[in-house]
Amino acid sequence: MDVLDLARWQFGITTVYHFLMVPLTIGLAVLVAGMQTAWVRTGDVKYLKMTKFWGKLMLVNFAMGVVTGIVQEFQFGMTWSAYSRFVGDAFGAPLAMEGLLAFFVESTFLGLWIFGWDKLPKKVHLACAWAFSLATVASAYFILAANSWMQHPVGVELVDGRPRLTSIWALLTNNTALAAIPHTIAGCFAVAGAFLVGVAVWHLTRRNEERQVWRASLKLGGVVGMVAFAALAVTGDLQGKLMFQQQPMKMAAAEALCHTEQPASFSIFAYGDVARPDCENVKSITVPALLSFLAHNDFSSEVKGIEDLVKEYKAKYGEFYPVDPQLGELSGQPIDYVPNLPVTYWGFRFMIGFGALAALAAAAALWLTRGGRMPSSPWFRRAALAGIATPFIANSFGWIFTEMGRQPFVVVPNPTGVDGVWMFTARGVSGISVGEVLTSLIVLTLVYAVLAVLEVFLLRRYARAGIAGVMPPPDKPAEKKSDELAFAY
Amino acid sequence: MDLALVWFLIIAFFWLGYLFLEGFDFGVGMLLPVLSRDETERRVMVNTIGPVWDGNEVWLIVAVGATFAAFPGWYATLLSSAYLPLLAVLVGLIGRGVAFEYRGKVDSVRWRRNWDRVIVAGSWLPALGVGLLLSWNVLGLPIDAAGNRVGSAFAAFQWETLLGALAIVGFSLVHGAVFVALKTDGEIRSRARRLALRIGPVALSPLLGLLLLVQMRAGSSWTWLVVGIVVLTGILALVVLSAGREGRAFALMAMVIIGSVIALFGALYPNVIPSTVDPAFSLTIEGTASSPYTLQVMTWIAGFGAPAVLVYQGWTYWVFRKRIGTGHIPPVRVP
Ligand code: HDD
Ligand code: HEM
Ligand code: HEM
Repeated sequence: MDVLDLARWQFGITTVYHFLMVPLTIGLAVLVAGMQTAWVRTGDVKYLKMTKFWGKLMLVNFAMGVVTGIVQEFQFGMTWSAYSRFVGDAFGAPLAMEGLLAFFVESTFLGLWIFGWDKLPKKVHLACAWAFSLATVASAYFILAANSWMQHPVGVELVDGRPRLTSIWALLTNNTALAAIPHTIAGCFAVAGAFLVGVAVWHLTRRNEERQVWRASLKLGGVVGMVAFAALAVTGDLQGKLMFQQQPMKMAAAEALCHTEQPASFSIFAYGDVARPDCENVKSITVPALLSFLAHNDFSSEVKGIEDLVKEYKAKYGEFYPVDPQLGELSGQPIDYVPNLPVTYWGFRFMIGFGALAALAAAAALWLTRGGRMPSSPWFRRAALAGIATPFIANSFGWIFTEMGRQPFVVVPNPTGVDGVWMFTARGVSGISVGEVLTSLIVLTLVYAVLAVLEVFLLRRYARAGIAGVMPPPDKPAEKKSDELAFAY
Repeated sequence: MDLALVWFLIIAFFWLGYLFLEGFDFGVGMLLPVLSRDETERRVMVNTIGPVWDGNEVWLIVAVGATFAAFPGWYATLLSSAYLPLLAVLVGLIGRGVAFEYRGKVDSVRWRRNWDRVIVAGSWLPALGVGLLLSWNVLGLPIDAAGNRVGSAFAAFQWETLLGALAIVGFSLVHGAVFVALKTDGEIRSRARRLALRIGPVALSPLLGLLLLVQMRAGSSWTWLVVGIVVLTGILALVVLSAGREGRAFALMAMVIIGSVIALFGALYPNVIPSTVDPAFSLTIEGTASSPYTLQVMTWIAGFGAPAVLVYQGWTYWVFRKRIGTGHIPPVRVP
């Protein structure tokens, strides 16, 4: 194990973990603000109950999103300092903007929202909910603009061997980002939708209380989940088309397409040894010409395979890593331009597959409960609860695919961009000791594991308790004094 | 004035905001078992910072994020060289953030007692770590020409930097006690005031020690003046506190930290990290600054963003300006 491997494991583990909390926070925050709006406008207490219940679950999750995010902010400097020095001029700006323009708003107005229930006028309090939830979306925008710059560096020139920002506008309107942002936000709503459906079905099939609240939540969740999937498919197709131009190797890897084909067929399921870049033993079930269409909107176009691409990459970016002690074991070694094929191939399919499963579950739940029906089979309940996990899994695989598919680059060369603006992942790590990274990897993984148990425990507890867990029972509201702290710790 | 210097000042400003705001958060956390006698009082203390602690923490995120954007080399060298103290800071902040949110979510004595321990540890650890980090930054790190640390994970430890760790801890203790005295009512208020007065002179002395040390190494005549002001305002803070003027004492504590940050960053200038290996390797403002264009963009962002932050965070403190006492704490109502 060298620093590079450990640093990659650490970044992978901590970001995938951060992104378990993130989509639930973003999706729920916006939906809760919507519920509160419905309450303020109609005065229907059903919406107040929904706001308080889903808001509480959002808060339990939010705390974990915050604390895991701090680790991310520091990690670029701690384990990827060479990367940070190289990209800082361009990449640092969106990160700082995220803090200044999004995190401050998010954290401050969340505090106001939690503690301001009885202190602020109703409409001001509602405005706090919107300020906070839109700030979570803004934070997603900035960080994804930063990430998209690594996938497709734009708006820079090369000065003294380093990219220098020439246009912040180009960076913030990077076409890669404009496709990735709606895709990721839609993924957040897929998570929130399935969450609403799962918890609401559990209540509807177990108990006979507050049925109106759960019915409304179920409907909202189901519709949100289905619309989100449709948006994911449309934006994902857009991302795919960009990827064929910007990162052809990633797309070829996603399809395990070894040889250039014209027209190229889309692989649905492969068996055999996907890991081999020559595809000797792979059998695949395919849809003819579909890949050509996905790549270029044209059923007969050519799609390049891995073998041809490797030749191109070697010609452009070299066959061997330079001899340099900073590169450790890789110094002077041949460069492997093929990403981990099983991970990219299956990652892509799991993303789409689990996402589709979530959408199907949402549609089924809506259909089975139409017009006030309620299936009594325990399988219905179990399926809805299992459905909560599916979009989480899809999101994680989406990221794993995106990030591992760009290897061996950390900043991917932009084929139509500035020459020389790219970086091998192996070049990015800090000059620190194995012991340090190993310590942090172990400590953070253990802390995260403990916290995961606690969060799931609390989420379950509050989800099960239902409305009674977040609001005083209506028969004794009098015990409340006027200046008691609302929602206090 | 050129933009690189402006950004050096802006970063000092974010650190100042962080130390001032999270300073009392840390203090409240560290003093949780000292100042409270029962569960209701503990809840009073946690609720004094309840609506604001997360917003205060973002000052750290922005101090670090802005360093990344404006001085990538500073960011990269500091964070990779101070790896283990930073890990301690992170673990502390992780535990603390979750603890505030989770401690009241289950009605069990054991549950709350364990989270209280996390709050206490999670306040000591980052305060120590941040103090260590800042004093390393100002006193210098063993870095080579490329900005990489020379030597092992512990190569940067010197006894002087422990003074820095204690300085931030000591300041936070006093600042936190004054804050509790300012924000609460009843028993706990007078207890906090008495504690601040009793520990004040001792707890603030490491900060003075750090400032004097930095002064001897890199001071100039105007920074002596600042140190003098720090000493005066510190003494004055304790004097007005003993007269029962908590608001004024709190404002004077603000002066203490403002003066300290000015003295520290003033001593740092024109470096951003001095090298203890060879002064020629020191990272400087000019050497690590981002391009003028990036700095220009960031100046627009900060020029718009930072005043807005001051306004809406200020508004939050105004909304929650009332003192709280045990009578404001609602009964426990959890599933
Ligand atoms: C698509 C969205 C998204 C993505 C890809 C990331 N984050 Fe995140 N992050 C959020 C969306 C988000 C959020 C929704 O804004 C969070 C999650 C829950 C929360 O409290 O805010 C958050 C919290 C959060 C915080 C704490 C903010 C606070 O104290 O309020 C920090 C410092 C970061 N993140 C930093 C990062 C970094 C450096 C990332 C890159 C590796 C990253 N996040 C990926
Ligand atoms: C929250 C969603 C994200 C997830 C789940 C995620 C996932 C991953 C994974 C699995 C890796 C390891 C890849 C490997 O080593 O093979 C990785 C690496 C990395 N990611 Fe991401 N990522 C996310 C967001 C981001 C963002 C927003 C950025 C930048 C702004 C980013 C920057 C990096 C960097 C610098 C590395 C390390 C270098 C590397 O291994 O390539 N990631 N990420
Ligand atoms: C029809 C369905 C879908 C298609 C065609 C599709 C396509 C894509 C493509 C091409 C990428 C890679 C972008 C890149 O690396 O530049 C991607 C990334 C990603 N996908 Fe999907 N996707 C689909 C469904 C889903 C679903 C259902 C989810 C989650 C619920 C999801 C979540 C993600 C995430 C989180 C990423 C990484 C972030 C990003 O690059 O935007 N996707 N998707």
